[in-house]
Amino acid sequence: MLSIKNLTANVGDKQILKGLNLEVKAGEVHAIMGPNGAGKSTLSHILSGKSGYTVTEGSITYNGQDLLALAPETRAREGVFLAFQYPIEIPGVSNIYLLKAALNAIRKHKGQTEIDAMDFLVWVKEKMRLLDMNEKFLYRAVNEGFSGGEKKRNEILQMAVMEPQLCILDETDSGLDIDALKIVANGVNALRSEQRSFVMITHYQRLLDYIKPDFVHVLADGKIIKSGDADLALELEAKGYNDLETQAASV
Amino acid sequence: MNTKLKSDSLNNFRQNALELFSENGFPKTNEEEWRYTNLSALEKKSFKTQPHIETINETLLTSHMLDDAWIMVFIDGHFSKKYSRLTQIDEALELTSISQLIEENPDKITPYLGKAVCNKTHNFISYNSAYFTDGFFIKLAPQASTRKPIQILHYALGSETRAATRNLIIGAEFSTLEIIETFIGESNSLTAAVNEVFLAKNATLTLYKLQTESQTAYHFGGTYCKQQPHSIFNHHNFAFGGLIARNDIHTDLETAAECSLNGLYLGEKRQHIDNHTRINHNQPYGISREFYKGILNDRARGVFQGRVFVAKDAQKTDSAMNNRNLLLSNKAEIDTKPQLEIYADDVKCAHGVTIGQLDEKSIFYLQSRGLDINAAKALLTAAFANEMIEKVPLEPLKKQLYVHANIIT
Ligand SMILES: Nc1ncnc2c1ncn2[C@@H]1O[C@H](COP(=O)(O)OP(=O)(O)OP(=O)(O)O)[C@@H](O)[C@H]1O
Ligand SMILES: [Mg+2]
Repeated sequence: MLSIKNLTANVGDKQILKGLNLEVKAGEVHAIMGPNGAGKSTLSHILSGKSGYTVTEGSITYNGQDLLALAPETRAREGVFLAFQYPIEIPGVSNIYLLKAALNAIRKHKGQTEIDAMDFLVWVKEKMRLLDMNEKFLYRAVNEGFSGGEKKRNEILQMAVMEPQLCILDETDSGLDIDALKIVANGVNALRSEQRSFVMITHYQRLLDYIKPDFVHVLADGKIIKSGDADLALELEAKGYNDLETQAASV
Repeated sequence: MNTKLKSDSLNNFRQNALELFSENGFPKTNEEEWRYTNLSALEKKSFKTQPHIETINETLLTSHMLDDAWIMVFIDGHFSKKYSRLTQIDEALELTSISQLIEENPDKITPYLGKAVCNKTHNFISYNSAYFTDGFFIKLAPQASTRKPIQILHYALGSETRAATRNLIIGAEFSTLEIIETFIGESNSLTAAVNEVFLAKNATLTLYKLQTESQTAYHFGGTYCKQQPHSIFNHHNFAFGGLIARNDIHTDLETAAECSLNGLYLGEKRQHIDNHTRINHNQPYGISREFYKGILNDRARGVFQGRVFVAKDAQKTDSAMNNRNLLLSNKAEIDTKPQLEIYADDVKCAHGVTIGQLDEKSIFYLQSRGLDINAAKALLTAAFANEMIEKVPLEPLKKQLYVHANIIT
């Protein structure tokens, strides 16, 4: 589904990604861990099409297409979804309006008609129950005044409504309390399917107790320096990144 | 018109105004209050009072009428009985045209005319005093509140028409009034509408103004309010139309009076929209809230000048003023100038101004949710305007505002 080869990218003159490789197949769950400033969010931004980054080398192929050639909205409509590390507040736009606009943009892209307003309401409320979200959030402005945890949950609601194929979760677990983490993890697990893949960026093993990854990668200094199975995360939790980084540097 | 005037004091008032206006003409940019608004284009035209006609675009007119309101229609500054809807008016409410009062009972207006604003204030006032052809007179009895809101629909029709109205709003003690002024037009007319408002103790007035005249029209609208203790004045100013549009909103607050001034101005192409407000806290415990937002596109220019004056005796005044602007083009311009003049020492006065463009991060966020870039920008622009429209509690008016501001809900 997603194939990243030798991805090298700059912000201004500063090189941030330095030859990153990653293969994600349909149905897989990948976890990416790594120290602060390693380039994890940069990777997620480049995947979703944010401007301000220059890809100097390498390629990203998504379902056989050159992902970098697509506009951000086209990527979204084709099923690439990013749950932001720092969700944006949009005063004056209600949650329900954005959710409906997002769903209809995808439907239109697929050649389907707009969803009926009543059907939509039923549909979105079902998704909210899954995430244990109060319906009042539908009528509040997008993320405005939401607590940190509420914002993260709202990102997952958008994901549940848009039903993407490639879900990128950038530190969705940060800021969630223990109960909320379980609820969000259940929500994510409910969305798991053979066609849908997840790339979860996280600092904490705890998330991976609830959503078991098929692969764990360590991203440090702009590239993947180690990959393994779920046990790698436990190892990292015990030892930290220092050993790995010195090993990688001495290679 | 002049021949009709029966009252000497009224005659003198108008004569004096005409002399003042003739001396200097329209306000000039060397006057501090008019620095940013150049009216030389007006001098080149010859605006004239038109006779009262009633062959009009009825569809346009009726599309602006609010359901379930008493409606007074003015065409080119003349009261039109034919199009007005004034049946079964509450007993406590007087709703009359100024021309009728001048004809039948001028003593009713002389205690108020020129008392909230004097002709010398600036020459749009003297222009209005000299040339007004008609206007509305609204007076509500003590303790009363009306069953329905009152809509004043001003329609400027003719080419180079002068549509000048002088209007009086009088709310007695503990009364509650709700009035909507709607200005429409399809020509290069000049509208000059001046309201004088008198709120007695504990009276409440909510006054809305929606101005959607053509982009060749000139508009001056002034509202001057005198607030007695504990009265409340809420104003919502939606300035969307006109080539050059100027609004002056002034209010004088006595003890513990409150005012809230909200505004939204939308300019595009070569529109010039100027809003001037002045809040005078003359006595203690007054509360004022002011919030104006502007969206300017193309080569449009906006002006916001908000003055708050707090007299030496006006202790415990609580005042906040905010002006936020969104510039959608690099040729659009805003001059914004909040001015605080505070002579009391125990007061709370805040003010803030922002000028910005659409936020790139927000645009990207919406794109990442499947909206194309134009839809994302339109949505964010509408959201910016929406905040002011949301403050309108009157549902039918809110619906009209969404249409005029191009907002899809
Ligand atoms: N606009 C920018 N200008 C300069 N440096 C930038 C810019 N954006 C990102 N960087 C730098 O790129 C590096 C990678 O940032 P990124 O946000 O991808 O890190 P991260 O791995 O997500 O870190 P964290 O775990 O703290 O979220 C950091 O050193 C950051 O300061
Ligand atoms: Mg990050």
